[in-house]
Amino acid sequence: MNLNALWAYANPKKFIQATDRVLPWISILAIVSLVVGLVWGFFFTPEDYRQGSTVKIIYIHVPSALMAINAWLMMLVTSLVWIVRRHHVSALAARAAAPVGAVMTVIALATGAIWGQPMWGTWWAWDPRLTSFLILFLFYLGYMALWAAIEDDDTAADLTSILCLVGSVFALLSRYAVNFWNQGLHQGASLSLDKEENVADVFYYPLLVCIAGFVLLFIALVFLRTQTEIRARRTRALLARERMG
Amino acid sequence: MVLKVSDLTIARGGIKVLEGVSFELESGGAIVLRGPNGIGKTTLLRTIAGLQPPLAGRVDADPDSLVYAGHSDGLKATLTVEENLMFWAQVFGKKEISQAIDSFELGRLVNRPAGLLSAGQKRRLGLARLLVTGRPVWILDEPTVSLDTDAVAMFASAVRAHLARGGSTLIATHIDLGLPEAKVLEVGPFRARAAEIDDFDEAFL
Amino acid sequence: MIALLVRDLRLAMRAGGGFGLGLAFFLIVVTLVPFGVGPQSELLARIASGILWLGALLACLLSLDRILALDWEDGSLDLLATAPLPMEAIVSIKALAHWLTTGLPLVLFAPVFGLLLSLPEPGYMPLVLSLLLGTPALSVIGTFGAALTVGLKRGGLLLSLLVLPLYVPTLIFGAEMARRGVEGLDITTPLLMLAGITCGTIALLPFASAAVLKVNLR
Repeated sequence: MNLNALWAYANPKKFIQATDRVLPWISILAIVSLVVGLVWGFFFTPEDYRQGSTVKIIYIHVPSALMAINAWLMMLVTSLVWIVRRHHVSALAARAAAPVGAVMTVIALATGAIWGQPMWGTWWAWDPRLTSFLILFLFYLGYMALWAAIEDDDTAADLTSILCLVGSVFALLSRYAVNFWNQGLHQGASLSLDKEENVADVFYYPLLVCIAGFVLLFIALVFLRTQTEIRARRTRALLARERMG
Repeated sequence: MVLKVSDLTIARGGIKVLEGVSFELESGGAIVLRGPNGIGKTTLLRTIAGLQPPLAGRVDADPDSLVYAGHSDGLKATLTVEENLMFWAQVFGKKEISQAIDSFELGRLVNRPAGLLSAGQKRRLGLARLLVTGRPVWILDEPTVSLDTDAVAMFASAVRAHLARGGSTLIATHIDLGLPEAKVLEVGPFRARAAEIDDFDEAFL
Repeated sequence: MIALLVRDLRLAMRAGGGFGLGLAFFLIVVTLVPFGVGPQSELLARIASGILWLGALLACLLSLDRILALDWEDGSLDLLATAPLPMEAIVSIKALAHWLTTGLPLVLFAPVFGLLLSLPEPGYMPLVLSLLLGTPALSVIGTFGAALTVGLKRGGLLLSLLVLPLYVPTLIFGAEMARRGVEGLDITTPLLMLAGITCGTIALLPFASAAVLKVNLR
């Protein structure tokens, strides 16, 4: 496939037409894989010998945490596309992804807390990963607040995409800084969350299905929200033109 | 020719306001822009001054020849008249401010903080800034706001002296400046036609 | 460029509050902390370096909206943008002026405030050094935030929301360096990291600030 053909979807009308066609399928696929993955994970996997049934929250926790980071990466890419090629749909897609990513971050934090309570005996610990996610959530908040605060759409798109760029660098810096900082406090991470390594196959396959479900859900939500943003933008443009006479 | 505007299309807040604007400004020439409020005179001047990019068309001018004066004078209330002028002179790499002070009769006020000036005096100080920059092409947006009749005459004579030195100016204004030598450019005919609603394109219109 | 710096410093001195306000805020934070956590000097000694870093950060934050907003309101920014100065130079000078009026006084007075919080003896040098290395980054990042929010009527709160997450790495390494100093540990690693972040910020962020400011001026 010619990659250049992809740019055709930068046209709002084409984008809406194309996403309208695929949106039902993606939504159905997302629901199916989420149901399958979660039911499989919750009811048809053995209980962990150490963690008991609490381990099953992994099927929400890990996919949401993955999407929290990937949503920001997607915003970074679409912001770059906006800066370089000035496609409005790209900027609006970044705008549409932000609340989804923020909610994913909250889900990851909340499920992490629910999991952590019985495991560590505390809802919250200043573990590097937890802290990084809290900081990521702050970045999402700032990004969305900036979009909301600026009236002119193109100005908002420019400013937020530069913020996304700068924010990405600082988020990465923060990630390493937090690692360093906590080490300095606790002398090695006693509350390690490195579970990917010790996840057994029985847990692994339903987890993969759940991750796929979350990815599809994210794509469906972003498509839907981008459509909404495009229509809202069109409404604003029409209203503005009416005022101009 | 010091400034050439060709087929310029400009937008304000994402909406096209003027299109196909073309004119030339000669050395020693003056052009007065006229048109109703909201037609886009300020946007046009800001585009020419390089503060915002045009949608289409081009502005040909030596970027080191233009000086822009907008609705606000950029004065600091706690600095004196002299300090304000001196600052702008230094920013533009100049040191000489006495001629500007004389031209706008600010001599008695040099040591007064700009915050204590009247609105008209502030405007005169703002216009005196144009002289200290030493740049030949003045881009002026409503320069005579809050000036009384005498001060308008003062402004007109400063402009005339500037033109006589080979400078030129582009002025957006509503009142008669008493500059018969200036060409008048009506902006109205360049008003952008609204795009078709069915044309659902990048601009969302 | 020097003219702009001189003007900004002169304005800060004349308008009052330029130099004093940040320091006074710092003093108030330092005064309030013992009321909040209790007057035991062992406890204060343990948290002193962190409190001082937080106080410096908040004092810095307090004055950020003044970096560009005043020049925006009176039209100076428009005129500066059309002057023969690159926008990157303008925002860098603005950040420098902010640091000279806010960051540098904090660095100079930090030992006095450390005294108030019974900061242990070996902690003074690392604290002052960490503030000296870290506060320029705070000013430069703050200028970026100020450039983002310059056109907004009530940008103050938004400015804090945007800038504070960006302050995290600087705060972590700065405070860590000061804390290690107090405990008599090796400070080389946080020092290098802090210096690296500050240098990188000073070198690169003005380009982002300038781009953002140009967008806001259109």
